[in-house]
Amino acid sequence: MATDRARLRRFSRTERAVHWVHAAAFLVLLATGLALYLPSLSELVGRRPLLKSIHVWTAVAWIVALVFVVAIGDRRSLRATLREVDLFDRDDRDWLLRRGPPQGRLNAGQKVNTIVTGVFAVLFAITGALLWYGERDTRFRFAQTILIHDWLTYVSLVLFLGHLYLSVIHPRTRHSLTGITRGWVYEDWARQHHAKWAAGYRARRDAS
Amino acid sequence: MSDDADARPYGRRAFLGLLAAGLTSFAWAQPAGRIFAPVTSQFAAALGDLLPVGGWRIYTISGSMPVFDPRTWRLEITGLVRSPVSLGYDDLLALPRARQVSTFHCVTGWTVRDVHWTGVRFEHLLALARPLPAARAIRFVSLEEPYNDSLTLRQAALPDVMLAYEMDGKPLTRAHGSPARVVIPEMYGYKGVKWLTRMELVASQPTGYWEGLGYDQNAWVGRSNGYG
Repeated sequence: MATDRARLRRFSRTERAVHWVHAAAFLVLLATGLALYLPSLSELVGRRPLLKSIHVWTAVAWIVALVFVVAIGDRRSLRATLREVDLFDRDDRDWLLRRGPPQGRLNAGQKVNTIVTGVFAVLFAITGALLWYGERDTRFRFAQTILIHDWLTYVSLVLFLGHLYLSVIHPRTRHSLTGITRGWVYEDWARQHHAKWAAGYRARRDAS
Repeated sequence: MSDDADARPYGRRAFLGLLAAGLTSFAWAQPAGRIFAPVTSQFAAALGDLLPVGGWRIYTISGSMPVFDPRTWRLEITGLVRSPVSLGYDDLLALPRARQVSTFHCVTGWTVRDVHWTGVRFEHLLALARPLPAARAIRFVSLEEPYNDSLTLRQAALPDVMLAYEMDGKPLTRAHGSPARVVIPEMYGYKGVKWLTRMELVASQPTGYWEGLGYDQNAWVGRSNGYG
């Protein structure tokens, strides 16, 4: 019976590529960053010069890969996603206060998460570049750079754990993982969690 | 979706607002850090080195930290001296002890307040080797190769400069440079050579490891390396 369940296409290949480039880079940067930063791990792992190189070059690869995906990918789907994240309708605003109202393809929380992730990516890149270049040129060395990089890490770690919980563990929401791995979600699930999107999807399909 | 006429472009405003807040933190992060320091350092004390908020970071330049063996470790005092000296760990501990509480500043921007150090003042070490009149500076050589740095004799004689072998009441740990490291609170931490194995009296200050990479020879806190 399960094979009869209707599926809706939620994320394009380009959107998924952006997500996984970001996720993979985040995990490598987090792991190497923690080993560089936590005294107990530093002593255990050692190899600081190697870890530092991996950390820095992963950051470079992350930016290059994102530019590459945008350059060769389906930019129209990315622009549509950006527009969607930008617009908060009344239901979105209400949802942030009391969860109830029907949601589009991205609920208001997911929109906020996307925005925060984008801002953090920019701030991580700026402070990281300053830390790296500041080692060579004192004009780019500011005492607070490392403090900001640290705090971005703390907050990111909390957001990341929440994101993992909702996408992998929480029974009602974890089906969304299929959307970002294989691109589709079951229609009955979408009608519950993203009612406006599911209804619009059906209307567009019936019209064509 | 966005067919609601009521939709507002709050997303880009939130993005730009949050980004602006993040960028202005270059102006307020340090004062805020100082205000929260009592809270964050309690955190650090409670969680030890697991969560180093306001605590230490361990920087090394090689693949693994040197291992201290009390049976084989020696501290050599050589160069422009009348009588070269080779001290064992027990010899070092037998010298007159000094204690101090001082703040540790790293050139990368982090600070650890109220560090309790126990160690030896350099005058007692130098008295054993008796420097020649031509000696002007001490080159400190680490077991972690090729780390080395130097202080002038005048800097080494400042009242709160020492060769420390205890930190916060316990023998120095491996991460902090066991068995002995240089402490000079008025200068950034890279001048405080860890895992010390040799002191070489020289006529003029050589270029140390970090100086070779563009850092200042006189690393006064707040007045060097682009600060102040």
